[in-house]
Amino acid sequence: MTLSDYHQTLLLLTGINILLGWSAYLPLATGQLSLGNAGFMAVGAYAASLLTVQQGWPLTPAIVVGALLAAGLGVLVGFPALRLHGIYLAIATLGFGEIVRTFFLNFERTGGPMGMRGMSGTTLGMVWAWVLACGIGLFVLAHARLGLSLDAVHDDEVAAELIGLNVTAVKVGAFGAGAALAGLGGGLYAHHILFIEPGTFNFLESITMVLFVLLGGMRTFWGTIIGAAVFTILPDLLRFLKDWRGAFFGALLVALLIARPWGLLPRRTLRIPLRRLARTGG
Amino acid sequence: MLLQQLINGLMLGASYALIGVAFSLILGIFDMLNIAIGEVFMLGAFFGLALVTRGMPFLPALLIAMVLAGLVNLVVERFAFRPLRGTPPVIPLLSSIGFSMLLTDTAVNVWGSERTQFPPSVRVLNFELGPILVSSVQLVILGTAVLLMVVLHLLVERTKIGRGMRAVAENPETASILGVDARRVIVTTFFASGALAGAAGMLVGLTFSVISPFIGIEIGLKGVVAMVVGGAGNIQGAMLAGPILGIAEVLSVAYLGAVYRDVVVYGLLILVLVVRPQGLLGAVERARL
Repeated sequence: MTLSDYHQTLLLLTGINILLGWSAYLPLATGQLSLGNAGFMAVGAYAASLLTVQQGWPLTPAIVVGALLAAGLGVLVGFPALRLHGIYLAIATLGFGEIVRTFFLNFERTGGPMGMRGMSGTTLGMVWAWVLACGIGLFVLAHARLGLSLDAVHDDEVAAELIGLNVTAVKVGAFGAGAALAGLGGGLYAHHILFIEPGTFNFLESITMVLFVLLGGMRTFWGTIIGAAVFTILPDLLRFLKDWRGAFFGALLVALLIARPWGLLPRRTLRIPLRRLARTGG
Repeated sequence: MLLQQLINGLMLGASYALIGVAFSLILGIFDMLNIAIGEVFMLGAFFGLALVTRGMPFLPALLIAMVLAGLVNLVVERFAFRPLRGTPPVIPLLSSIGFSMLLTDTAVNVWGSERTQFPPSVRVLNFELGPILVSSVQLVILGTAVLLMVVLHLLVERTKIGRGMRAVAENPETASILGVDARRVIVTTFFASGALAGAAGMLVGLTFSVISPFIGIEIGLKGVVAMVVGGAGNIQGAMLAGPILGIAEVLSVAYLGAVYRDVVVYGLLILVLVVRPQGLLGAVERARL
């Protein structure tokens, strides 16, 4: 089977976007909406690029170190994030993403606003090997006790705590694992696209990752695969829209949510404010 | 020139405060975050620009820009919020983000992505108060912001519809049992919120004279910061936090370097969220954390 360069690129980007989609999926699976994952992606991308370009490391260990750094930062952010829910967590993570972007804008070693180049080496096989490995990890997770813990924490934190689950560990772990995946995707992306700048990792990038999950449905990790694939291939099919593609995606998001606000989320995916329910009920 | 920096920060903060209040109104009354306020603010700047370049004087241009921005916000409400009633608050948050993308891209296509300038629409007179220089533009900005805040305060505290808004904020079910017209409250709140954001756009156009389709994200999101720092849903809080943010930003540019200004602003946001999540003046009771 031979694929044209063009289709290979599309397939490669789909793989990276699946990893990025999962990075938003994992915190969402425990009820945490993060709008700052582009920040973790930036950390993975810049760390891996520093190691390969300036230290001469081989690609794979550099990417792994980048992902681990992002994971460490994710755990650090995950702890204060425990205190926040719903839109407040979304606002805080948004602020975090902006801070990371500003940091790299001012960090001279990675070129500041001029960006960084000299990376290369990401191959189609490498990306899909990572997707496969992470997919198997998520599959095992979904069918193991830990998967049930995620569900339990997601559905009702208080009840989960009462039956003896370590809610803190589950939530912070999910946040850190999501950050690791974003860092991994960032490292692979940087060595594919050959040039990165702080603006690559903006607020819209974080939103896009959440869109992959939304489109595929938040119920399952494999829904994200569909979401990421559709969102990678669709813009290409919609090239006739030219400059209006962004507007089209915005309208599509609004329309999707109008059509199936619950259908897209077949389950109570995001915490319903229980107090409000209690108040309405009695 | 510390005093001069404080004055400049105050001018910037006046716009942050207006945007912050626009966010806070909707969050305080309906417990929802309308991210598209940032783009309504951006559109306000472009509406104002279009009117002023056609030779319209400042005041009528401001009023028309406010009305148009208010109407845009009603459209956002119609499509991003009304069909999603009863869903968790993060769902309308996401659909308002969809609207942000739609409005930003539309503005890029209509006006181009370059930064454009406001023509001088207010006669510039400089007043020297000892060592400080205050321009007539700055006085107009400050005066407009203060006036709008007073009008909003009177609307919420002294009118029948304002009483309805406060009732819905406290408890939507009880308010509807007591005969508050929910539809009217929603329309009034979204219109007022959009008009305030639009006014802020017009004022930012006057201050920096540089606007682009992306100021909704670059400047508008700082309104969210002003809201959270002041206390989510608390209108007075946003009025107080706006100038604090503006001054913090101007001082960080002056003493730390321009590169640190966003770090300071968003750092303040995260600090407040983690250390004092209710904000400086306290969040309204319904805005749960």
